Amino acid sequence: MASISVEHLFKRYPSGTLALSDVNLDIGEGEFVAVVGPSGCGKSTLLRIMAELDTPTEGRIVTEGGAGRKGGLPSAVVFQEQSLFPWMRVGENVAFAFDSLGLPKSEVRRRVDKELALVGLANFANAYPHELSGGMKQRAAVARAFAVDPPVLYMDEPFGALDEQTRVGLANELMSLWERTRKTVVFITHGIEEAVTLADRVVVLSAHPGTVKAIIPIDFPRPRDAVALRGEPKFGEYVVRIWDLLR
Amino acid sequence: MTRGERAVAIAAPISIVLLWQIAVSTRFLNPGLFPPPSEIAANFVAYAQSGELATNTAWTLGRLIIGCLIGGVPGTLIGLAMGMNRWVRAYFQPVIALLYPIPKIAILPLLYFIFGTGEQAKWAAVAVGVFFLMAINTEAGVRQIEPIYLDVARAYRIRPASFYFRVLLPGALPNIYAGIKLSIGIAIVLAVASEFQLTRVGLGFAIFNAQQLLDVDRLYAALVAVSLLGCILTYGLDLTERWAIPWRRARK
Repeated sequence: MASISVEHLFKRYPSGTLALSDVNLDIGEGEFVAVVGPSGCGKSTLLRIMAELDTPTEGRIVTEGGAGRKGGLPSAVVFQEQSLFPWMRVGENVAFAFDSLGLPKSEVRRRVDKELALVGLANFANAYPHELSGGMKQRAAVARAFAVDPPVLYMDEPFGALDEQTRVGLANELMSLWERTRKTVVFITHGIEEAVTLADRVVVLSAHPGTVKAIIPIDFPRPRDAVALRGEPKFGEYVVRIWDLLR
Repeated sequence: MTRGERAVAIAAPISIVLLWQIAVSTRFLNPGLFPPPSEIAANFVAYAQSGELATNTAWTLGRLIIGCLIGGVPGTLIGLAMGMNRWVRAYFQPVIALLYPIPKIAILPLLYFIFGTGEQAKWAAVAVGVFFLMAINTEAGVRQIEPIYLDVARAYRIRPASFYFRVLLPGALPNIYAGIKLSIGIAIVLAVASEFQLTRVGLGFAIFNAQQLLDVDRLYAALVAVSLLGCILTYGLDLTERWAIPWRRARK
């Protein structure tokens, strides 16, 4: 498992815009952290830098215990958009994540099958992504990330493009996957209720430039149920508190 | 294609052949230069029965395929590298911009000097034309790949070889196919033109030879053969495209 420290992170775009200004954040081992903020606050940029898809202008990210386990990657990313390769079948997409690991084919196959079964796509390994619904595509993308067993999982608004019902269903599935594996998760979202449902702590970013405005610990026991949680009085309190911070 | 569109597509060449036939029989066209289609068809059948058609078509097709491979494979690989690496692009782009506009027919004499009278000069003529089209189209194909796929490849630490052949190549495949289709067109032009000299076989030779012997009948028979060859190759490619790019079927 891994803990992550974001230290004095700045990001200035080539255009001169300051996207992130002095972001500091400590994420504990096996913690589920959600990051919310108004659009344009740089939350996706923050995740891209953490996942090494972008470089900071200043500051650094220190990951401890982040080396991948044997037969696993150090981290994996679930993206918002359709990120499955359209020219690969669903099973091939998941198996492709093992490309750099040099595992025997039979083991890759076993792990792909297992992960697809866990997200309810066991019968779709041979389908092309365009044959799946939006929710199924995101399930496959989640399966791909969990399959390579990374200590750290970065999720960039993974359910943002889906309808509310599918989102809540996928939130439950994600929580049960996470409770089995306890990976360190950084989850970017613009859905405040989604953040409160999923996270141990919600990081609120302010915009222009993006910086940490508040960190709210979410004190619900686990396992949680995304639907039952909405009936809790405290759920509404958290949501309103975060709304106020974003105003 | 809907059934109606298909009917129009079949009716189009038939209507033109009929108009031609009428124009000749009413002496609107000179039958010495424009023999009636019925006569062209009869000549074509005779030409086919003589065995000349098969021999000449096989030679032209062979030169075309070999030239396409010699030019197309390196063109595609350089196009992939150009699409992905700005230094490779910076190097090849001006070179291609300078060389591409030269009419390929105009360098045939030079190719005969360099490669002599054998087959190599004819392969080279086709290869040069195809090389540029494949490089240009593949580069454009790589550059239009959605950036998200490059992010995924990076996030999952995909190895360079897998990245080239399982991400870039299939991602660029629709444009590569467009390049292959354009290439077939230019390859036929160049294969036939290269056969006007220094060979005794091929459809280009047949056309050139018929002109010298003032044999209009055989000239038309060879032209019909070139036209059919190109048509079959183009439709054949369309069929393999559906098989090679199965994920595109849904988008159409």
